[in-house]
Amino acid sequence: MSCEKIALLLGIENKKIMATLEALEAVVEQTRRDILRMVHKVNSGHPGGSLGCTEFFVALYHEIMHLNEGFDMDGAGEDLFFLSNGHISPVYYSVLARKGYFPVEELNTFRLIDSRLQGHPTTHEGLPGIRIASGSLGQGMSVAIGAALAKKLNKDERLVYSLHGDGELQEGQNWEAIMYAAGNNVDNLISTIDFNGQQIDGATDDVLPMGNLRAKFEAFGWDVLEIEKGNDLEAVVNGMQEAKSRTGKGRPVCVLLHTVMGNGVDFMMHTHAWHGKAPNDEQLATGLAQNAETLGDY
Amino acid sequence: MTKYVDQGKNDTRSGYGAGMTELGRTNPNVVALCADLVGSLKIQTFIDENPERFFQVGIAEANMMGIAAGLTIGGKIPFTGTFANFSTGRVYDQIRQSIAYSDKNVKICASHAGITLGEDGATHQILEDIGLMKMLPGMTVINPCDYNQTKAATIAIAEHEGPVYLRFGRPKVANFTPVDQKFEIGKAVLLNEGTDVTIIATGHLVWEALIAAENLEKEGISAEVVNIHTIKPLDDEAVLKSVKKTGCVVSAEEHNYLGGLGESIARVLALHHPAPQEFVATQDTFGESGTPAQLMEKYGLNNKAISEAVHRVLRRK
Repeated sequence: MSCEKIALLLGIENKKIMATLEALEAVVEQTRRDILRMVHKVNSGHPGGSLGCTEFFVALYHEIMHLNEGFDMDGAGEDLFFLSNGHISPVYYSVLARKGYFPVEELNTFRLIDSRLQGHPTTHEGLPGIRIASGSLGQGMSVAIGAALAKKLNKDERLVYSLHGDGELQEGQNWEAIMYAAGNNVDNLISTIDFNGQQIDGATDDVLPMGNLRAKFEAFGWDVLEIEKGNDLEAVVNGMQEAKSRTGKGRPVCVLLHTVMGNGVDFMMHTHAWHGKAPNDEQLATGLAQNAETLGDY
Repeated sequence: MTKYVDQGKNDTRSGYGAGMTELGRTNPNVVALCADLVGSLKIQTFIDENPERFFQVGIAEANMMGIAAGLTIGGKIPFTGTFANFSTGRVYDQIRQSIAYSDKNVKICASHAGITLGEDGATHQILEDIGLMKMLPGMTVINPCDYNQTKAATIAIAEHEGPVYLRFGRPKVANFTPVDQKFEIGKAVLLNEGTDVTIIATGHLVWEALIAAENLEKEGISAEVVNIHTIKPLDDEAVLKSVKKTGCVVSAEEHNYLGGLGESIARVLALHHPAPQEFVATQDTFGESGTPAQLMEKYGLNNKAISEAVHRVLRRK
C-alpha cells in the first residue's frame, strides 16, 4: 500500500506521514548507535539480528501499536508485543528506553551485574515493557496466543504482536502454536518472522532448510503477507498497517519480514558472522560513523 | 491411636475435577487447559458449565504451557491438565522460562503421577517429577493424599499468587481426610501422635503410613504420622518438632528417593537436628506394567515397606 493510501485511510495529510517517517528514521539511526555501543561496551550480545530488525521495532512502537501511558503487566486496552527470539535484546531495550519505558541511561547497564537489562529479556528484574522471559527459543508464539486468548475473554479489542527468528522456526513448539492459532481462529494475533536467512552456524538453508515458509504458514491456515523491504521504514510501516487490516477476519496473520542481518553497518551486513559477536573499538568507530547521533547518545 | 475411616474409595484426580467444578462456579478468572486428556483429568463438568473458559490444545504440551503463561497476562488463572510425565519432564524448559522464571500465575495440574498409574508402564509412570519441580525457584509443589484433600488443594491454589505444581494420581484410594477441610499451603498435617518414630508421608503413601502405624502399635511401637501435602515450601517447623520428640524418621513417597520429599526432610534435619532417617521411595529405578497394588508391593511403597523401614530406623536410634 502506498503512503498516499495510508494517509487517506488514516484521514491525515501525506506530508504529515512523511514528517513522521523522517522522525522515525532519526530514531532508527539512533537505535543502531545504541545497539553498537551496548554490545561493544560488554564485548558480548547480538548485534546482527538487532540491526536487521531496527526498522520493525521502531515502526511497531512508534507508529503501529496502540500503547497506554506507563506499564502494567496485564496491558488491558493496549496492544501487546512479545519477542520470542530474545537474543536481539539490544534493539528491544533501545526502543523501549527511547519510547520512555525506562531511563535511556540504563542502556549503560546492559549485561552488567545487578542490571535489569539481562542478556536476554526477562520479567524477573522488573524491567518495564517486558512481559515474558525469552531466550530459550520457540516459546514466544505460544505465549502470544495465550495473551490473545485472554484479550478475547476480556472483550479487549486490541491486538497481540510477536516476533520470531526464521531459524527459530526449527523449534517444534512453533508448529504446535501455528496449528493451534489457525485451528482456533486466533485472529487478533500478528506474528512476524524475521526472514534474514541466517542463523548462528550459517545460512538457514545450509543448517536446516525450512522450505517454503509462506506455503507452510498458508497450509496451516494463516493469512500471510510479505514485506520484501524489511529494512525500508516506509515499507515496514505500510506492511504492518496492511497486516493490522487483516486481523479480526478469522485467521491469525503472519508477516514474513525480509531483512538483512546487520543492516545499517556495512561490514556486518549479509553475513551470520555478527550474529553473536561484538565489534572492537575500531569497528565500533566505523559503525558509528555510518549512523548519525540524531537523538543524543545515552 | 487416632482412628481414620475410609469414607469410600475414590481417585485423587476426581478430587481435582470436583475442585475445578467449584472453581468454575466461584472464580470467573479460572480457565482450564487440557492436552487431549479431558476424561482422565475429570474436568468435563467444568467444560460443560464454562465452555468459553476451556482450551483444548491437543497433544501439544509445550504449546499448552506457553499459552497458559500468556493467559495470565490479562488476569486469567490457568490450570493446565495432563499426565504428570507430560506436565513436567516433557515441558521442563517451557515451565522454566515461560512460567517459573517469568513468575506467571499458572497452576500445573498433573494426574497419573507415580507408579500407581499401573498397566501403562514406565513410559507414563514419572517418579522424578517432584524433584524436577521443586528445583525451580518460586515453584510451589503439592501432593495431596486423597480425594477430599485434592479437591481442597485445587480450590486453595487458585487463591495463591504464583506458579504451582499440583500432583495427583489415577487409582481409587482411601478417602479419609475431612470433606470440608481448610487447605493451608505449606502447612503439615499431624495425623497421629506418637513417641518412638516419626513417619512423614505424602500422596498415596499417607494412608499406607496410617495402616503401618496401626500395625506398629500392636507391636508396641508408637509412631507419629505427619502428612506433608506441600513438599515446597516444606513445613520445616513441623518436621523438626516431631523428630526432636521421636529421634528418628521414615519418609514415604511414591517417587524416586533422589529429589523427593525424603531428601527435603534430610536437608532440614542435617541443618538443624541430625537424626537417623530411612527412605520409603523407589530406588533410582524406572517402573513397569502391573496393577497398582502389585507395583506398590514390588517397589516397596506400601504399609509393609513402611513398617520394615521403621524397624530399620529404630535399630539406628
